[in-house]
Amino acid sequence: MNYWPLLGVAIVVAGFAWRLNPALVVVVAGIASGLLAGLAVPDLLALLGRSFVSNRTLLVIVLTLPTIGLLERAGLRERAQAWILGLRRLTFARLLIAYLGLRQIVSMLGLTNVAGHAQTVRPLLAPMAEAAAGKIDPALDDNERERIKAMAAATDNVGLFFGEDVFIAFGGVLLIQAFFSQHAIEMDPRSIAIWALPTAIAAFVIHALRIAWFQRGIAKRMQAGDRARGVVPEHRDESPRVAKDETDAAH
Amino acid sequence: MLRIEYVYWLCAALFLAASAFDAASRRYASAAFWAILSACFFGGDAIEAAAAAGNALPAQLGGIGVIALALIAGSGALKRRTTGDDDLPQRRASAERLGNRLFLPALAIPFVTLALVLLLPYLKAANLDVFDTRQTTLVVLGVACVTAALAAMALTRATPVAAFREGSRLLDALSWAALLPMLLATLGAVFAKTGVGDAVAQIVSAAIPTQSRDACVLAYGLGMALFTIIMGNAFAAFPVITAGVGLPLLIGQHHAHAAVVGAIGMLCGYCGTLLTPMAANFNIVPVALLELRDPNAVIRAQWPTAVVLFAANLLLLDWLAFR
Repeated sequence: MNYWPLLGVAIVVAGFAWRLNPALVVVVAGIASGLLAGLAVPDLLALLGRSFVSNRTLLVIVLTLPTIGLLERAGLRERAQAWILGLRRLTFARLLIAYLGLRQIVSMLGLTNVAGHAQTVRPLLAPMAEAAAGKIDPALDDNERERIKAMAAATDNVGLFFGEDVFIAFGGVLLIQAFFSQHAIEMDPRSIAIWALPTAIAAFVIHALRIAWFQRGIAKRMQAGDRARGVVPEHRDESPRVAKDETDAAH
Repeated sequence: MLRIEYVYWLCAALFLAASAFDAASRRYASAAFWAILSACFFGGDAIEAAAAAGNALPAQLGGIGVIALALIAGSGALKRRTTGDDDLPQRRASAERLGNRLFLPALAIPFVTLALVLLLPYLKAANLDVFDTRQTTLVVLGVACVTAALAAMALTRATPVAAFREGSRLLDALSWAALLPMLLATLGAVFAKTGVGDAVAQIVSAAIPTQSRDACVLAYGLGMALFTIIMGNAFAAFPVITAGVGLPLLIGQHHAHAAVVGAIGMLCGYCGTLLTPMAANFNIVPVALLELRDPNAVIRAQWPTAVVLFAANLLLLDWLAFR
């Protein structure tokens, strides 16, 4: 066995660790791995070109960008935030946990493309989460806003990953079936999908708890910040910024 | 019939538009970057057809294009554009005026996709050949995106040129991160071809005490997660680690239930996906889309979920596979 192509893996790890440009690191690693395996340069070029174009599906999502761009210029994110501020009972945790559950169920039905970072997280979920967190602490700093947006993206990932595997016609399930079939073990895709269900439930519970803790963290930091500034917590609800936003939202 | 190639050509047109807008504003590196990508999308079908027919030249040109894209990205010449707040008053006023109607085109993307997917079996029953049978859901997504773009243009009274300009603005915000998922998939193909996977499986299976059932469960789960972290893709890890560890040790030696091993093994890999910058479309693209400063912000937000869930997966595997 030729272990030299493993150097490609080492290049990837080192490149990411040194924070070099990931696109360059990945291509250099591919070239190194190919050359160390003894591929001739013309064959390696053809392999790179053919694999690249055969994965075009991964970029189809850019077709959502014109719509999202137009709507953002027209104030979509501002509208999403105003809408959240108008819903008094919709807290940060409820918003994200509802999205998590919905994303899991929709993915279980095989509809993985209906939501995503470009389609729903940037234009809707992230601004909504920010607005909902702003209801707890109107004075969020940039770091906290960044963590809130990242949490919205993470929630989309968890919902997608641990929903799609429960759908029987999902590529992953079919891959598992085909793999075992090649090794003379036949099974029904349904039996694979069913065994993904306990993990799906565990994923929902674990991530929902983390979202709830995250919300408590925002509230705690706000109270700590208030004490430092000498504000009495009871008077928070009447802070002028929240009141103003809510009259805006009433339109 | 709506073929998947039309969807790719539409993407190519968007990249070409981005290239033209960048060239017009003297951002030549970005213009070249999007132009090369556009060529790969316009020519993708021809490259695949020629390669299948034994003519490697178009694919080799594609390979040179890939290297050129990486060099432009690595040179640091691509300037990422961020969304400014200069037009915030206009955006607020427009949000006020249009109200909840603004949500309609955004929601059109999921709902048109959903409606068409539900319609598919009926079209099939009626023998209507509307959508390509390969990649049907992507063709459907493409149709939904075009519908939504038309709705957004009608709502905001924008021209098609404005739609392409806004799309290009967001592409420039994504910059090279947009390309990373495709480059990583390419790397996966190279790793598969050069036997990296087999070498890893060899090392993993040589390192574990095979007599202990728990050690085998741990090795399989960790193998799936770690190899996914390296490859950025659980699908690439699954055949390698399951052939190297899952089949001979868990199923062969310890008589584990194969369907459970397959299902939960894959999900151990998914926990790895949550932890790795190699899974660019899930962990790096959103950082660019949300304009976050920390490149690992999304991984930081999800690692505790991934680690706890991985432990839960190991317990489930140990419990469910050996009943």
